Amino acid sequence: MPTDFIGRVLAVFDRYGMSMVQGAAVSLQIALVGTFVGCVIGFAVGIVQTIPTEPKDNPVKKGVLWIVKLILNAYVEFFRGTPMMAQAMFIYYGLFPLVGLNPPMRQAAYFILSINTGAYMAETVRGGILSIDIGQTEGAKAIGMTHVQTMLYVILPQALRNIMPQIGNNLIINIKDSCVLSVIGVAELLYKTKAAAGALYMNFETYTITMIMYFIMTFTCSRILRWMENRMDGSDNYDLATTDTLAHTSGMYRYPDEKKGEK
Amino acid sequence: MAGQNHLLEVRHLSKSFGKHVVLRDIDFSVDIGDVTCIIGASGSGKSTLLRCINMLETPTTGEILYHEKDITDRRVNVSSYRSKVGMVFQSFNLFNNMSVLENCMIGQTRVLKKSKEEAKKNAMKYLEKVGMAPYIHAKPRQISGGQKQRVAIARALAMEPEVLLFDEPTSALDPQMVGEVLAVMRTLAKEGITMIIVTHEMAFARDVSNHVVFMADGVIEEEGGPENIFGAPQKAKTQEFLSRFIQG
Repeated sequence: MPTDFIGRVLAVFDRYGMSMVQGAAVSLQIALVGTFVGCVIGFAVGIVQTIPTEPKDNPVKKGVLWIVKLILNAYVEFFRGTPMMAQAMFIYYGLFPLVGLNPPMRQAAYFILSINTGAYMAETVRGGILSIDIGQTEGAKAIGMTHVQTMLYVILPQALRNIMPQIGNNLIINIKDSCVLSVIGVAELLYKTKAAAGALYMNFETYTITMIMYFIMTFTCSRILRWMENRMDGSDNYDLATTDTLAHTSGMYRYPDEKKGEK
Repeated sequence: MAGQNHLLEVRHLSKSFGKHVVLRDIDFSVDIGDVTCIIGASGSGKSTLLRCINMLETPTTGEILYHEKDITDRRVNVSSYRSKVGMVFQSFNLFNNMSVLENCMIGQTRVLKKSKEEAKKNAMKYLEKVGMAPYIHAKPRQISGGQKQRVAIARALAMEPEVLLFDEPTSALDPQMVGEVLAVMRTLAKEGITMIIVTHEMAFARDVSNHVVFMADGVIEEEGGPENIFGAPQKAKTQEFLSRFIQG
């Protein structure tokens, strides 16, 4: 074993690097799936929670909506209000056997992370929807759009853009926090790190590698998301769709020859 | 006028927000081709009245008859009613996530279920009318206030509504932009489009309207032809409100 720090880090990487990279891949995969499914859950819950009730709606609709909103609120509050590590134990060793389910470890991990992210995303989406000026809704309603159409074509695209930074936050948190799923035996990066560090009694070196791996994953993801945000904003410029000289306030362009040519 | 079939008729309309009464027993009617201007001080309930007509606010009591049918009835499909009644807002309310052209197409394709080609052709027709055809690829954030309002008018027109409601369309604009928007509205008035306009532009109201409604403190204080309201107002409140305009 080399005597200098860097040498020892490289030696650890040489022996356990592949195993840790596999663990990192698992972490990333769980985080991506969990964030994506969590966003879908979050959008569904957030949309339902922002359905307005009007005095002239019929009582049955109001009653059903009230109950659904109550259940969704309970879901959000429960999963935001308890630690994911405890939830993982509770669900994997308690709830799943109770209802006779025995899903593979990986799928259990997807489930737990998704449902957890969903609870946070529900609030994020609700905030995103509320952040859109009421005028957008009124503009859509005024041309005859229904509530669903207004949401689908006008509000949600804008809300999605506004909550992109928060989705990025969630993805990065999930990459890191997927490590708590090691308590139910998911072989992700921290699980592999513990194994390597335990086998070699070299905590400092092993965790150095782990930190670097986590950072590479999170930094890459945050850059990719930033790039996506810029793409959603679209171009800062636009072209005038015309050959009409009056449209150009500078009056610089004239196309008399082109028009003759067309004839 | 009694017994005549009006396009739109407001009967005993009242609206209150909590204990605050904004509109009290409003009655008035609009026929096809009418240009009705609603004037009055800020806070007199003009905008609320207009928003009630479009059901953006639910009236507390009273009826709004559209082709003889009460649209405040809960069985009435409000969305399909709104697609026939265009609305132009003070704050434009263009869809920020869409280009100018898409703004004018979305209602046609999604609400009226027209084909994309047809919707585009129609949208271009009205964008040309308001002089915004060159800007079809621009996003709302990239154009000026007057341009936004002209696009908003084109968006409303593209639905080919039977009546157009304007809620202080020029109040957020500088004088030059006011001119360009009013010019478009004058053209529409000449073409015989039915319009209800809430405005503070008195000269404009006098010139284009055939019916003027003066509101004060939630009631219609006085109404009549523009020559009467602006030329010889009867009520003290109307005279007071218009005194500055008539002197100037």
